[in-house]
Order: sequence, then structure tokens, then C-alpha cells
Amino acid sequence: MTLGGAFSDSDLAAIWLTVELAGMVTVLLLVIGSPIAWWLARTPSRWKRPLAAIVALPLVLPPTVLGFYLLVAMGPHGPIGELTQAIGLGLLPFTFGGLVVASVIYSLPFMIQPLQNAFEAIGERPLEVAATLRAGPLDRFFSVAVPLARRGFVAGAILTFAHTVGEFGVVLMIGGNIPGETRVASVLIYDHVEAFQYAQAHWLSALLVVFAFAVLVSVGALTAVGKTARQ
Amino acid sequence: MTDGIVARFSIDYVDFSLGVDLRLPGVGVTALFGPSGSGKTTCLRAIAGLERPCDGYLSVNGEVWQDDAKKLFVPTHRRPLGYVFQEPSLFPHLSVRGNLEYGLKRAGGATEGDGLERTAEILGIAALLDRGPEKLSGGERQRVAIARALLTRPRLLLLDEPLASLDLRRRHEILPYLERLHEELEIPSIYVSHMPDEVARLADHLVLLDKGSVIASGPLQETLARLDLPATFTDDAGVFIEARIAGHDQADELTRLDFAGGTIYVPRRRPPTANGRVRCRIEARDVSLTLQKQGGTSILNIIPATVIDMAPTEHAAQVLVRLDAGGTPLLARITQRSWNTLGLAPGSRVWAQVKTVVLIG
Repeated sequence: MTLGGAFSDSDLAAIWLTVELAGMVTVLLLVIGSPIAWWLARTPSRWKRPLAAIVALPLVLPPTVLGFYLLVAMGPHGPIGELTQAIGLGLLPFTFGGLVVASVIYSLPFMIQPLQNAFEAIGERPLEVAATLRAGPLDRFFSVAVPLARRGFVAGAILTFAHTVGEFGVVLMIGGNIPGETRVASVLIYDHVEAFQYAQAHWLSALLVVFAFAVLVSVGALTAVGKTARQ
Repeated sequence: MTDGIVARFSIDYVDFSLGVDLRLPGVGVTALFGPSGSGKTTCLRAIAGLERPCDGYLSVNGEVWQDDAKKLFVPTHRRPLGYVFQEPSLFPHLSVRGNLEYGLKRAGGATEGDGLERTAEILGIAALLDRGPEKLSGGERQRVAIARALLTRPRLLLLDEPLASLDLRRRHEILPYLERLHEELEIPSIYVSHMPDEVARLADHLVLLDKGSVIASGPLQETLARLDLPATFTDDAGVFIEARIAGHDQADELTRLDFAGGTIYVPRRRPPTANGRVRCRIEARDVSLTLQKQGGTSILNIIPATVIDMAPTEHAAQVLVRLDAGGTPLLARITQRSWNTLGLAPGSRVWAQVKTVVLIG
């Protein structure tokens, strides 16, 4: 049986939307997460702990709580909503853009924590060496920190992508269930089950199980390689 | 361009403080010497701008790198210096050539041309250029690190115990290269060390540090012959003398050395290959004094000298006597009783009998 036979058009649309969302969130978080992780890894500031805790909040908060606050913030009277209206973007809830913003916040710790660990493992010395070889701060980051933390970048990207694929609660709160716009794979599975379309639900669920398994194996392999390389 | 290095720093950490006020020559090798925890490395890091002293002033041959009175602080990457760290610290993600080019490019040097190859040649790493750092021995890595620092064409070279992480054999593998740099390149260098023999071989100027402050600073020989230094340094007090190889007696396996104060013989199995200058160390405890030149003694090296002054040591029975032998300072450790019995005083003419001379380098 071909994939086309196993999945209906709306299934394929949801899978594609999921991949698109996860890909975009991963790229955005690489850009946003790197400076935050870099700062967290190196600052002696007393604000380090509170900020690290805020970054880690999505790990422990129920997705519905996070989704609720984001819905309010992005709504017509919320601060984000007023901003997006003022710059002519309209309102974000129940749009793909809204899902992206919510997912970026929801997946923040999955990018930042591996990156922060990787940056901390580099230590001061290579950066000091680079400074004595005339490399300025930005140059040091890109020519020394990024290549030395590349395992952290790969692990962070994989985990972020996978975590975004797997999110459900935040999507429902922010995005609802609009086909082609906000209906991602995890929401569609819920729909299939609601409609007693168990066969469809099986195919999609199995796909996600295989995907999650592959992710964990590759992250595990990456960590193991990192360990032997350091020995 | 030779107004030298002026460094005034004060650093106050919870468990350590450093306060130095130094004027160093702008040429040659200056050794920062002292026991561990004396602040040598902190001082070097402050000169590099890696450590930020709260109240500091630093100028290198007329160029001001830090002046807190004027709120001036040139960041490390804008200081034309080379730094060799204690452990080799090569970038693991770059090949040997990549490591060398990293600083070369940023300092505006051309990666084409023979600058890189020539420096690699001097340090004996030309054959290693395409290898990764993990495939090198500790000694090779440190040579690459030295070449990498040199290729930025620094106006000041800072070396933080570059040999400390190496075993004795590797150390002897690198020392000749450092000596060659000293002779061939005219880059003023500051060399941190706690090994007397390294200091003796490489340094022209000596700064003694202890517990974060400067105890002495001056030309190598003068400073080593000073009597007023605390027991940490006088315990193995001794002097270094500069000498020229003047001949070799193969039958007796003795090499003759001429120095400003006379002639000395050192045992050496093979004749010296180079007719160059050497340094030797004479420890104060190996020097005894007589009023007349002794005949019938087994001691070969008997040098005429004049007593300059005397200082007590940490042992009440013993004193350190500073001598002048034709301009070369010598130290002798004798008993207080002998000092009295011989009726010694500043200006006395004596013969220094030297039991052991150690040839360095």
C-alpha cells in the first residue's frame, strides 16, 4: 500500500502543515535561541536564574495554561494583539502565524537547554585564545563557539522540531482546527477519533510513533558520539 | 619605540589580591618568576586584557592599552599581542594550518606567501600542517600554539608557563626553539615561570613576585644576586653567569669557559659543538671563601673576588656573602663564625672556591 493510499488528502495536508510549522519554528528558534543560550551560558548576572526559569516554564506548565495566556495576549486587547494590529498584521489567533508564535514560546526550552549546555562545555579558554588572535566578540561567537557547540545545535534543532510536531494543547487553544491553516497532525488524529475513523487515526499515530522513535535514537547517538569524542 | 612597558595594576578578589607597579624593558625577555599563587599568571592576563584590573595603567612601547584614570581600556582583540597559554589550547575544529591561519588572517597577514611556512619551519612543525590537533603530541601542540601567536606579528609576546604541561623530555624539545626565538626575533616577551632553569636560559630581566606583589625587578644577574630577598628565594640562592666557551680538554673531559671574572672549568663528556655563549649556575652553598689562594686543593675553580656585603639567612648560623668577580656577581653561603674568624668586611679581597658549576643550555 502506498502512502497516498493510507492517507487521505486532508491527512497529507495536515502532515505537510505540521512539517512546515515545525521547520519554521526550528529555524526561528535557532536564531532567537542562540543569543539567549549564549547569554545564559556566560553571564555572571543575578538575573540568570530567573530568566532560566522563565525559559524552562513550558516544560512544566500545562499547555492549556500557556495557550490561554497567549490567546489573551494575542487577542484584540492583549499587548501582542495591539502590537500586531498596529503594524498591520491583524490578529494572530486562529492563523498559521499565531501557531508559529505560540510554538516558538512553547518549544523554547528544547532549543535553549541543549545549546546552553553545549556553550557551557566550551569553557572560557578557546574564546580567550580567539581574543588574543584578534577575533572580536561576534567573530569569536561564529568562528569558535558555533563550531564547537555544533552538537548542541543539532540536538536542539532535532528536539525543537520533534516537540513542535508533537504539540496539541497549545495548538487547540490558539489555532483551533482550520484545515490547511491550523489543523496539524496531532489535532487531526483527535478529529479522526472523535469521528470514529480509527483506521485513519492509526495510520497518522503510527507515523508519529516512528518519527518520535527515530528522533530519540538520533539524539541518543549524537550524545554518545559527543561523549566518546571527549574521552 | 623603546620606552618599555609600564604596568600598574591592582586587583582585589575575595581570596587574592594583586598590586604591581612595574617598569619593564621594551626589548628582550622578561621573566615573571615566583611560587604558585604569587600572581604571575594574573599579572600576565591583566597585561593581555583578559583580566580587568579595577584600577590600572598599561602602556607598551609608547602605546597606552589601559588607563582607568581616562576610562581607556583596549579590549584584548585590539591589542597587538601574542599569548601562549599554559596548556596548548589549539582549536579542535581546525587543522594545524587552520589554527595558524586563524590569527594570521585576522592580524591582516597574507595566508599566501611563505610567512606561514617559514614560521612553521622555525618551530619544526612544517610536516604537521594538514593534521588535526588531536593527532599531535603535547610538545608539537605547544609549538603550533607558539607559531600561531607569532604569526599575528605581535608587538609583545606573552608566555604563561608554556612548558609546564609537558614532561621533561618535551620540555627539552621546546626550549631550544624558545631560545632561537629569543635570538632571531626581536619581539619583547614576558615569560611566566616557576622553573629557575627556564628563567636562566631565556630571561634578560627578572621580576620576582610573591603573594601578589613585586619583590624585586631588574636585570637577571643583578636581581638573582640580591641579598634582601625573602627566604623563599634565597633558600636555593645562586647566580647565573654568562660565559664563552674557550676550549675543551678531551683527555680530562673538561670544558674551559671564560667570563668577566676569570676562567672556570666544567666537566663535559664531549667537546661542545658550538663556540657560543652559555650560561652556568653557581649555587651559594657550593661557594667557600679563603683569604689566600689555596694550593693543594681538589677544587678546580678558584676565582678572585671582592666582598660587597653580607646578609643573614633563615639559618642563624649562616650568612650570605655577595661578591664581585670582575663585574660578575657571585653569592657564597658561609657560617657566621667564618665571617668573623676571617675578619671579612665589605671591600675584603678573597678567593671564591667553587665546588660545582652547572652548565645550562
